[in-house]
Amino acid sequence: MQASKPCIATLIAVLSPALLFGGTISGKVTYTGTPAKQKVIDMSKEPSCAKQHATPVMTEGVVTGPNNALANVVVYISAGGDDPNPPAQAVTFTQKGCQYGPHVLAMHTGQELDVVNADQTSHNIHPLAKVNREWNKSQPPGTPPLKDKWDQPEVIEVKCNIHPWMHGWFVVLKTNHYSVSGENGSFTLPNLPPGKYTITAWHEPDGKQTQDVTITGNETKTVDFSFALKPY
Amino acid sequence: MKILRSMQWLGVMAVVSLAAAVGGWAQDAPDVGPHPPAPEKKMTSHIGDLVGHSENAKSDYRRYCAGCHGDLGDGNGENAVWLDPKPRDFTAAIFKCRSTLTGTLPLDEDLFNTIGRGLTNSNMPIWNVFSRQQKADLVAYIKTFSPRWDKEKPGDPIGIPAEPPVTIESISHGKYLFTKLECWKCHGPQGKGDGPSAATLTDSKDQPIRPYNFAAGQDDSRFKCGSTNRDIFKIFMTGVDGTPMPSFADVIKPADAWDLVHFLRTLQVHRHSPENEVLKAAGGKIPDYVEKPAEAPASQPGGGN
Repeated sequence: MQASKPCIATLIAVLSPALLFGGTISGKVTYTGTPAKQKVIDMSKEPSCAKQHATPVMTEGVVTGPNNALANVVVYISAGGDDPNPPAQAVTFTQKGCQYGPHVLAMHTGQELDVVNADQTSHNIHPLAKVNREWNKSQPPGTPPLKDKWDQPEVIEVKCNIHPWMHGWFVVLKTNHYSVSGENGSFTLPNLPPGKYTITAWHEPDGKQTQDVTITGNETKTVDFSFALKPY
Repeated sequence: MKILRSMQWLGVMAVVSLAAAVGGWAQDAPDVGPHPPAPEKKMTSHIGDLVGHSENAKSDYRRYCAGCHGDLGDGNGENAVWLDPKPRDFTAAIFKCRSTLTGTLPLDEDLFNTIGRGLTNSNMPIWNVFSRQQKADLVAYIKTFSPRWDKEKPGDPIGIPAEPPVTIESISHGKYLFTKLECWKCHGPQGKGDGPSAATLTDSKDQPIRPYNFAAGQDDSRFKCGSTNRDIFKIFMTGVDGTPMPSFADVIKPADAWDLVHFLRTLQVHRHSPENEVLKAAGGKIPDYVEKPAEAPASQPGGGN
């Protein structure tokens, strides 16, 4: 917002989208119980990656943060917020230090996915899709990003066969309203028109919870999720 | 008398717990059918001028195929528990041996050829009992198991340029590619299937799987998907779907792919082949590839970082 004197028209023009699509659903994802212990990854068979890590690298099956925060949870609108159109912008999945970044990548059906190899070693990208087509492509270092897209909504496990510890997820959705929780567990779904929504929180490999929320104007509704984790 | 009574009790308890254990075990076993008949889809197949019809293959499938592949085509026939690799699950419509790109459906001809050729190093036999028409009908029947065949067309077959002559330069370039593309990570520097990543490989159903061992055969040359140079070309340019073997179509130019094929033939050390003859004539040693100035230097296999 400009500090100088905007004319009323500009003010209305700037504010009206917020007035029309101002609703926000946000909150935190936390866990109860004991999360499964993560293991140290042995990268000794791939020295070019091992040397990129000063401290031991852990598996990412469960990533938690302070105050029982749960990361890598995809919170999205599962009803009431479908959008037939993917964004024009691509999403990027990067292989660096023989790890996938991000570990969980959410995207819309039909949205371009760019897979980047930022390592000195070849990787193969093997999305184990069951609803979409499963494919498997080699990506040597220094080659351009692989581009693809998914037609159907699905939670797809991704792995590299050459480096068996590499494990990630593509969460392909019909909506553009999604948010992946970080290590503070928080998520936010802004720009929601008034309406009744069902939001779903997904945690790997198959944890799912839903809640119903109604947005009437441009308020912010707080919705929290809590996953009961087991140590095994 | 008392001892006999307590022995009788022990006997009863043993039988009851054994029955419970067996019953529990039987409940965990896969459901191998036969299942109640499902509504039949009609599919057709086209191989050259041959047209196959699924309804004509039903009894052949039940007699010859269902024992491994299951009457629902999901790879859970009653033999499947004893087999490694597992029989193909047709409901997933993922096939190893194709002329089409990774992630796409095979041509009808690819399935037709697989039935006739069998799959080496597996329990899939060479089905030389079938006529061409029977095989075409079976291909159509296989297509009834997955809805993918309704929704998608098979991929386009990959372009395969004419094979250049086998020369030591071609073999040398092939070795350079084998090293640069890190095939040795799984296949090992001599292609024996003993690379650093080989021991942890699993297929898409999480079953352990081993990479192809080029040095294993004697004078034969069968691969999973055929035995000719053209078949090898297709294997790494289309990937072996459902397995760790990826497609290299995005990273190898088709002309260069033939050089890799020629090198791979020299890894089949026991086989009499034109490639091994050329290698022998060159003194048995593959010279280092002389790259064009723009490319990175070749490194020896096994020493890559």
